[in-house]
Amino acid sequence: MQNEFAERNKRYLEYVEIKSPKTSPWKSLFFAFLIGGLICCMSQAFTDILPLIFKGMTLEDAKTWSLMLTVTLAILLTAIGVFDDIGHIAGAGTFLPITGFANSIASPAIEYKAEGLTFGVGAKMFYVAGPVIVNGVVYSILGALLNYLIYGVIFK
Amino acid sequence: MRERLNQTIQFPNRPKVIGRHAVVGPKEGGGPLKEYFKDVLKDDKWGEKTFEKAEKKIMEHAVFAAIENAKVSLDEVDVLFSGDLLNQIISSSFVARRFNTSYIGLYGACSTMAESLALGASIVNAGYFKTVACATGSHFSTAERQYRGPLELGNQRPPYAQWTVTAAACTVLSSSEENGNANKIGKNSGANEKNTVGNGKPAQIAVTGATFGKVVDYGVTDINNMGAAMAPAAMKTLVAHFEDTGRNADDYDLIATGDLGKLGSDILRDLCGEKGINLGPNYHDCGAMIFPFSDSVCQGGSGCGCGAAILNTYIMDKMEAGAFKKVLFIATGALMSPTTAYQGESIPSIAHAVVLEA
Amino acid sequence: MDTFFKYLLVFAIGGAFCLIAQILIIRTKLTSARILVIFLIAGILLESLGVFKYIGEVGRAGASIPIIGFGSSLAKGAIEAFKEKGILGLFTGGLTKTSAGIAAAVFFSYIAALFVSPKTKK
Repeated sequence: MQNEFAERNKRYLEYVEIKSPKTSPWKSLFFAFLIGGLICCMSQAFTDILPLIFKGMTLEDAKTWSLMLTVTLAILLTAIGVFDDIGHIAGAGTFLPITGFANSIASPAIEYKAEGLTFGVGAKMFYVAGPVIVNGVVYSILGALLNYLIYGVIFK
Repeated sequence: MRERLNQTIQFPNRPKVIGRHAVVGPKEGGGPLKEYFKDVLKDDKWGEKTFEKAEKKIMEHAVFAAIENAKVSLDEVDVLFSGDLLNQIISSSFVARRFNTSYIGLYGACSTMAESLALGASIVNAGYFKTVACATGSHFSTAERQYRGPLELGNQRPPYAQWTVTAAACTVLSSSEENGNANKIGKNSGANEKNTVGNGKPAQIAVTGATFGKVVDYGVTDINNMGAAMAPAAMKTLVAHFEDTGRNADDYDLIATGDLGKLGSDILRDLCGEKGINLGPNYHDCGAMIFPFSDSVCQGGSGCGCGAAILNTYIMDKMEAGAFKKVLFIATGALMSPTTAYQGESIPSIAHAVVLEA
Repeated sequence: MDTFFKYLLVFAIGGAFCLIAQILIIRTKLTSARILVIFLIAGILLESLGVFKYIGEVGRAGASIPIIGFGSSLAKGAIEAFKEKGILGLFTGGLTKTSAGIAAAVFFSYIAALFVSPKTKK
């Protein structure tokens, strides 16, 4: 049964692959680069300007503040319903920076508020961004061990 | 005339379309078919708190308006056939809850309009019931949440994706044209005053045949490429229909698929060409017709409401006006589940066809 | 001129990461969540190998704002805390270092959910 259709399906999928339209690469690559670069520059500007306003702020703190501002701005744009329109044009330009992480937490939170604060917002908030946190925690622990192995044991 | 030929059945008693209604969302109402959509929502939430509640409301509205259009009372409708895209076809059940009649819930994904018409016509033709309502509906925002992701998530749609249509439609079928008058004299005296489209008395539309499709799966796993997943199912149903009836594509004034989209309908033309069926200029796809061309809708509309709304407005208007005499309506459905799609399963698809004659 | 050059690098490196991700979107069938995880793990790996600090020095926000920088912060936190506190640090370090971003995202998303309802896409 499986083998009977395998050949037919393979041929069909190859045909579909050729027939399906592709994203216009140059336009989408251009916008991903442009908007992604601009978001990073904006964040860099926060890092540079904040210590000038608040005297005595360390560089580390300024970086953290800048990150939080970028996240908050992305959530604000998500809340007013603009982020998805920008994301449609920018693609990876908005979702790869931390703005995409913020959007992927804010959008399910807003989407599922209809099911209440516990089973909606609370339970579903991380259903898109969850893999980032889970993989981040697991692999950062493994990464630290790898780092120790390289710099603490081998190249001591 | 033999009544059953393999997958196809004929309806010699010609169940008649006595009432119909379609309601569409604002985006659909502003599309190329806007002059045919008479009931357009200004806001696709329609004053409700959630999109699910809005979907329920537009489906209820379509069913009640179609029954009103049929000039029958609610009690005279014997069965409601209805289905939608949400889990446990909940919107249909909500409609049935407000509707004091027997209810047969259907799941055929986007093929529901043809499925409900075919089943409804079968029951009416056989004489088991006199009047049945066949309904379906879909909503972009509820389908998006169920099958893809949150509305505000900023991701790109692949260029072969489709856009779920916000619409609901209902067709009322009956064994007798003059409803109520035939055996209940004096009731519904205005049954013949239907909303005239052309000049004079509009043509009476009847369902004269149906081909029930088989589930077809050509191994497409990409849930965004529904046109490619469903096109083989449409081809198989078309081939079966033409073999069973001995007709060919030229026998119809219009062959309309439900929601294959531009890509899917191109694939269908190719697949049918391989089988020796030449789909000419009388072949159209409702999904490719409903929206103006734009970046966001990509290949066109999808969803139960897509074919259903166009069938109950544009196609039937044209039939009543005499522009189309014989129409083959094939609604295609991608019977997918997001859960099994994540498990790597491919998408089973189905297509049902109904023959409408004016 | 120095500032201009610095921002040019931020722009170029940040943009380049997004460009690579966009190529992955177009050329492969990977979903956006998968691509985020790939870049995250790449960041963790580069940090663990001790390479990421060079990218960070040149790229600044261009390296830290893309998710690859989030991965590097997680790994950096775990590495530093492991040196200070041993095994305990291994578990506390990563999330402590990135807690500001996560907490801000959760807090403001919750606030947003209280006041806003989703809108249909155009």
